[in-house]
Amino acid sequence: MSALLAVVVDGVIYASWLFMIAVGLTLIYGVMKILNIAHGSLYALGAYGAASLAGYWLSQGYAPFGSYAALLAAAALVGLIIGPLIERGLLRFMYGRDEIILLLVTYAVFLILEDAIKLIWGVDPYIISEPYGLLGIVEFANLVYPTYSFMLIVVSLAVGVLLAWVLHRTRHGKLLAAVIHDREVSQAMGVNVRRYYLATFTAGAILAALGGALTAPTVSVVPGMGVEVIVLAFAVVVIGGLGSLPGAALGALIVGLLRAAAVHYAPALELFSIYLVMALVLAFRPQGLFAGEQVRTI
Amino acid sequence: MSKKLIVPVALSLAAIAASAQAQEAPPFKIGVVTFLSGAPAGPFGVPARNGAELVAEALNDGAMPAPYATKGFGGRPIELVFIDEAGGTTKQVSEYRNLVQRQNVDAVVGYISSGDCLAIAPVAEEMRKLTVFFDCGTPRIFEDASYKYVFRTGATGTMDSVAAAMYVKEIKPNATKIAGINQNYAWGHDSWNDFEAAIKALMPSVQIVTSQMPKFLAGQYGAEISALLTSGAEVVHSSFWGGDMEALVLQGAPRGLFSKSTVVLTTGETALPKLNTRVPEGTVIGARGPYGPFAPDNAINQWLVKSYEDRYNVRPTYPAYKMTQAILGIKAAYEKAQAANGGKTPNQDQIIASFEHLEFEGPGGTVRMALGKGHQAVLGTAYGTVKHENGQAVVTNVRYYPAEKVNPPEGVKSEDWVKTALK
Repeated sequence: MSALLAVVVDGVIYASWLFMIAVGLTLIYGVMKILNIAHGSLYALGAYGAASLAGYWLSQGYAPFGSYAALLAAAALVGLIIGPLIERGLLRFMYGRDEIILLLVTYAVFLILEDAIKLIWGVDPYIISEPYGLLGIVEFANLVYPTYSFMLIVVSLAVGVLLAWVLHRTRHGKLLAAVIHDREVSQAMGVNVRRYYLATFTAGAILAALGGALTAPTVSVVPGMGVEVIVLAFAVVVIGGLGSLPGAALGALIVGLLRAAAVHYAPALELFSIYLVMALVLAFRPQGLFAGEQVRTI
Repeated sequence: MSKKLIVPVALSLAAIAASAQAQEAPPFKIGVVTFLSGAPAGPFGVPARNGAELVAEALNDGAMPAPYATKGFGGRPIELVFIDEAGGTTKQVSEYRNLVQRQNVDAVVGYISSGDCLAIAPVAEEMRKLTVFFDCGTPRIFEDASYKYVFRTGATGTMDSVAAAMYVKEIKPNATKIAGINQNYAWGHDSWNDFEAAIKALMPSVQIVTSQMPKFLAGQYGAEISALLTSGAEVVHSSFWGGDMEALVLQGAPRGLFSKSTVVLTTGETALPKLNTRVPEGTVIGARGPYGPFAPDNAINQWLVKSYEDRYNVRPTYPAYKMTQAILGIKAAYEKAQAANGGKTPNQDQIIASFEHLEFEGPGGTVRMALGKGHQAVLGTAYGTVKHENGQAVVTNVRYYPAEKVNPPEGVKSEDWVKTALK
């Protein structure tokens, strides 16, 4: 029984992390139909930025709890600088092209950013583990968990609820839905499509960086960390349905729980578990669990 | 000869003599292949590159302690060409061909990844170029094939696993529940298989409670740590390295993994300068040989520690030791061949002949090229336990294992030796 409880807790913690890294990817795809491979680099930049900023904060001897603010500030900074730079500087010249072209363009951005990270931070690991231990530990199901892991669940729930509220309950969200359905008609009706694209891409970039910034205290920040993440995030988003917010949440939860179960009961299958879900979903529901009917203009 | 001619003739003769002298000592060019990008760069690749730079400079200046006090390789200055090991085996094979054919190197020293070593060895043989592997661990190189041009101055990964099992037997003789967490690729599988076989041979009553194999570079080990904790394991073996190992330490320590069980990190030494006291007390660490805190107090080790700290402001870790060892190995072989050749520049075959079965001194002590028909080094190794002293993580309770105890004899495969000879 306690093992089952551990599976649920581990699964939900992992799912919340997966949701954090996948939600920005699905948001950008949902609105702009761009599969943003550079998402992985934005995640890594968020982690490096957080390690540097929080590291600086702590080295100055300021209040340790301020390091959480430093993590969030790093994510915002990375997203607000790099997001508009990519969207305004590059992507806007590519709109209307084939999805594959845009995928290749973001892949190029990914490679450039990976090298930029190496130029700025070098290849040595950065470690900023203080925020991870600061909140203490929680005993649960005969196991000890850092409170930070539960905070991650709260943050990813908050991000999900906030996004759902903005998309479905605000005027901007409704206008965005119009842009998603028909870009040209929305523009004809006086919607500033350009601004919505910029805002969406920047929001996606901030979310990617936030995922990285909140992961940084739990890992050693090393080159190449973005590569793993983009693969995982892509799998989660495909399972849930590209561009679907509840899809990303459900995809993350399924993958998280299944992976935790594999780790506890059949460790040899762990590597395979995510791709098993992905293969099954693609075989029986190729558009993903939550993607709506495809409407095509003929 | 008329007086008019004497001066120009003398001058041109002097010029010819000078150019002949210059031709006598052309630089010995070494292609150094190590990770300069990607995940292995920080923990392995860069310390190895630093080690190569330091030792080449010191040798060229004649600043190394004895028996390496002569300049360069027998008077020939050493020139290094660095190549990034990142990018996979196909890329490495073409980079290797480039080094030999375009850069005309005299030798290649390198390779951290076992996959790269397995791919390069037959190519080295085909290209007939002296190639020294300094770090990669798989015993298969010289157990499944035999090579003339390929040498390995570092010990195999089998030694790390066997010595780890011996250390566990010494410090936890009554342990019955053993678990492992290793990366899901060749290195992780090989390390765990060797350790499992060794621990079962040494302590027949043990039971393997779980063997976790997360994906390489996974980074998040929450569920694995829960599984290790619920398994009740008394000893946890891990060959994790780099960022994965650091993440395991950072995530496992607050959850009590390191206090509830004895965690053995076979490459733990590389993380010590960076993580310091974040590595919990009681953690067992190895350095894949007698390097770093396990190195003997000899003059070469003292030189390496001092000059490395002076230049890079950090202690040298085992990749720097192993790189130093590889270059010193070539120097020893070169100068032995030179002496046998009456002091004249030896050719490659002569260097190879003197390299086989060579014994030479390195920063980790005596290296014997005892296996693989004289092409594979053996040396002892050590494990120790981390303790915190005055805000520093230090290694205590160090046990040394002589080479012959932790390496199979010539002609016996590591895999078979672990299963039969350790009982």
